[in-house]
Amino acid sequence: MKKLLTLIILFTSTVVSAGNLIINSNQSGASSKAGFDAYVDAFRAAHPEVTVVVNEFEHEAYKTAIRNFLTAEAPDVAIWFAGNRMKFFVDQGLFQDVSDVWADAGLNDSMASSKGSLTVDDKQYGVPWGYYQWGVYYRKDLFDNLDLNVPKNWEEFKSVCAMLKKNGITPITIGTKYLWTAGGWFDYLNLRINGYQFHMDLTAGKVSYEDPRLDATFDHWRELLDAEYFLEDHASFSWQDAQAPQINGEAAMYLIGNFYVPTLEEAGVKDKMDFFQFPTIVEGVGVAEDAPTDTMHIPSGAKNVEDAKKFLAFMSNKEAATNWATMGGMLSPNKYADKPTDRFSIMGAEMLAAADDIAQFWDRDANPDMAGAAMEGFQEFMVKPDREDKIRARLEKERARIHGAL
Amino acid sequence: MTFWERNQLKLAPFFFLAPAILIFLIYVIYPIIDSIWVSFHEWNGMDKSNLKPDGTPNWKWVGFKHYIMLFTDDEEFYVSLFNNIRWLVFSLLAIPIGLSLALFVNQNITGMRYIKSLFYFPFVINAVVIGVIFTWFYNPRYGALTLVLGFFGLDPIPFLADENLATYGIIIASFFPGIAYTMILYITGLTGVNREMIEAGRIDGASGFTMLWHVVLPQLKPATLIAVVVTIVGSLRSFDLIAVMTAGGPWGSSEVLAYKMYQESLFNYRMGYGAAIATILFLIMDIYIAWFLYRLFKSEKTEK
Amino acid sequence: MFPTPIQNYSLKVNIAYRLLLLLTLIVWLLPLIAVMLTSMRTFEDVLAGNYWTFPEETALISNYTAVFEGGKMGRFFLNSLIITLPTVFGTLFLSSLAGYSLAMHRFKLNLLVFAMFIAGNFVPFQILMIPVRNISIEMGMYNTHIGLIIFHIAFQTGFCTFFLRNFIKELPFELIEAARAEGATEWIIYRKIILPLIIPALAALGVLEFTFIWNDYFWALVLTQGDSVKPITVGLDALRGQWTTSWNLVSAGSVVAALPPVIMFFILQKQFIHGLTFGAVKG
Repeated sequence: MKKLLTLIILFTSTVVSAGNLIINSNQSGASSKAGFDAYVDAFRAAHPEVTVVVNEFEHEAYKTAIRNFLTAEAPDVAIWFAGNRMKFFVDQGLFQDVSDVWADAGLNDSMASSKGSLTVDDKQYGVPWGYYQWGVYYRKDLFDNLDLNVPKNWEEFKSVCAMLKKNGITPITIGTKYLWTAGGWFDYLNLRINGYQFHMDLTAGKVSYEDPRLDATFDHWRELLDAEYFLEDHASFSWQDAQAPQINGEAAMYLIGNFYVPTLEEAGVKDKMDFFQFPTIVEGVGVAEDAPTDTMHIPSGAKNVEDAKKFLAFMSNKEAATNWATMGGMLSPNKYADKPTDRFSIMGAEMLAAADDIAQFWDRDANPDMAGAAMEGFQEFMVKPDREDKIRARLEKERARIHGAL
Repeated sequence: MTFWERNQLKLAPFFFLAPAILIFLIYVIYPIIDSIWVSFHEWNGMDKSNLKPDGTPNWKWVGFKHYIMLFTDDEEFYVSLFNNIRWLVFSLLAIPIGLSLALFVNQNITGMRYIKSLFYFPFVINAVVIGVIFTWFYNPRYGALTLVLGFFGLDPIPFLADENLATYGIIIASFFPGIAYTMILYITGLTGVNREMIEAGRIDGASGFTMLWHVVLPQLKPATLIAVVVTIVGSLRSFDLIAVMTAGGPWGSSEVLAYKMYQESLFNYRMGYGAAIATILFLIMDIYIAWFLYRLFKSEKTEK
Repeated sequence: MFPTPIQNYSLKVNIAYRLLLLLTLIVWLLPLIAVMLTSMRTFEDVLAGNYWTFPEETALISNYTAVFEGGKMGRFFLNSLIITLPTVFGTLFLSSLAGYSLAMHRFKLNLLVFAMFIAGNFVPFQILMIPVRNISIEMGMYNTHIGLIIFHIAFQTGFCTFFLRNFIKELPFELIEAARAEGATEWIIYRKIILPLIIPALAALGVLEFTFIWNDYFWALVLTQGDSVKPITVGLDALRGQWTTSWNLVSAGSVVAALPPVIMFFILQKQFIHGLTFGAVKG
């Protein structure tokens, strides 16, 4: 009976593993997909003996699917994120040590800058393929019309917002339906006010959400909220929905990642857009930037480890590495990759090179359970700022449950 | 006669029922018991014999801790519970609305058959499509609702972004297939209404509402019963629309127990906690199942 | 006939009634009309926010082909078929066997087993979720068509057994008695007497089950992960993340996803209604 069952399963299951390289990908957006496809095609050309099968997942759905498939039916290669996101699976023994790939493919040299975020206990557990800057993407033409300059500090930022609002333009667009965009605002406010080390301690669960040092973060945020500088009803909109006001010229600024740029190009407004670094808030605090790194890993349950390692090692091919990153609007961690030609990427690369510290972004730095609860709190705070104390108390309770009492 | 021929009538039930019972036991009965067992443990879904990074086991006995936590320490639990009650109460509205529409179209004009079909078919559209359509409608920037409100000079109402309105917005979406279903039940029921009683009622001078209340509705009792049963079961099960329209948002305000359970288990990796929520949902259902079975057995016994 | 036949009223009332009926129908179908219209629009048209105007440029063909581009939608559609059809046949087969036995055989646990099938039908999915997922993983059936098929058969058997048992119970017992007296085995009785007699019920259940399984979202979400097995409900949700503001594509995709049960409904409406309303009419 078991044999019959196995036969039936073999016939109906469409994932055949022998001789194939199974890759689970979250590159679902049009431009990221183009970049990834280019990498896969280049790999196929260089390694005709390997049959590559790509399972594509929708980007958001992938974040839950990965938990399922790493335990249930692991692919040979899985795309994922660096930082705490990776560490969680490493600690559960679900990602394989790929330090040998780093050594053999010369990645210790070409990817030195990102090595840290891929390392746990002196061993590497994945290979990065792209990272990107976050910052304020703004409509230069709207600024020029009102004679506005790029704000360098908090007061200037607020006066720019005030001027925009006075002239009927929504100063800041944002879509918080899927929560993480609110995390971006929290990150930058907190990094600029309290600095990198405090922020990292917070994401590690070592700081209370009721800590008085966080008062300033929420207070500054509240200044923007009380003045209603954010897009109305943002909780209804995904980050893509929030693009429309900026593209239509109804909103001026968007704190977002560089993956936004290909859309701007498609919408035909790229020439009207420019970029500035999130302004200083407290003088003297080190400049830290969110620059999430996207990665790929070999799950412990992978069946075709040999070809998987080839796939990861292929990142040493600078052309393939360049294409994957740049077609998706990202920067390549391979230092030999072609220098970015897109002006936004150039600005990003310069900004990140000059930064004092790099963070991975809220939902990648913090414990996933805590990150989710916190982002829900941030979304609620943005709509109901008066609930600040209640929200922070609730977040602190969650933190204590997950990380233990302080 | 062979052994088989002599006993086949006695043995037949076994063979006829075995496949169905076996598969039902494995996939329905056993999981219920297993879920309850899991609810007494803390489990993050990973290998049960492994340890977490902080050294604690992935699978740990905690007794009733989850149940106590749910009732005393989790505000979201009560939000979900009350949303379920809202679903239960408001979903029942689909029944009188369906009845009204059924009465409205219960006329023999040409083409009525096709018109009735057009009223019915939203019932067979899947929840994802309904959810997508209504999410689009509720969009405060360009949704149809905003257009309609604008037509009357009103401001847009961000239904799905407002913690007080989100659940109602989703319930309204559920009315689309829900009313279609009750319409089908009642129109069919109306065809079975005894004509002679209607005539007799008319002769007695009854009409309109009196006729409806005293003559017609009692005869529609079976239809009403089915409508109530299915609507209640459906409202406690509601998951699809919520998952597609708001994912429980904004900040968890539109969650129901079914969705909270899914979220805790698969998003937050607290399988034991999720199992406890599922068990509570199951117990609520049990009250209902018990009542239904009781009525069923009563009617079976009187039949026999 | 209740309410009073409209023909009994004046011409004015008749006309008013028909107008009101049309109006109600249009309001009722408005969401669907909007979706169909949007599925014909170009992307620029959608961005401009035109809803109710008839599109100038019909992108009907290009939208629907774009939806199938990349082969995903086609794959999802096929998966839905592969999952739904065997489930329907499997469920009907198992539950007709079980329903016959519960209806026509006397044995001690008869009522108990019957109760089990009914109760199981009411059970909220969530109590089954974690263990069913684990069973699927352990048996190697996670993310396979057969995994979903077997689960659906198991769960739907509850409802269908209940339905068929009630239906078969109303068949004349003399037929069975006579056949038994002639020495027919239960299996022969089932095949030659019962099956032909319950064809209307099987048809009704068949279309209902097709709709339920085709429209299932939750179990597909829990038991599948990759595109290879995903049915169209989960697939549409995922593609929605990709198409985002391309409402014309989302609409076209929705139409495709909703179509098979709708077509089935219009062709087999009688059977549908029979299945849904069994027991709704007295006597």
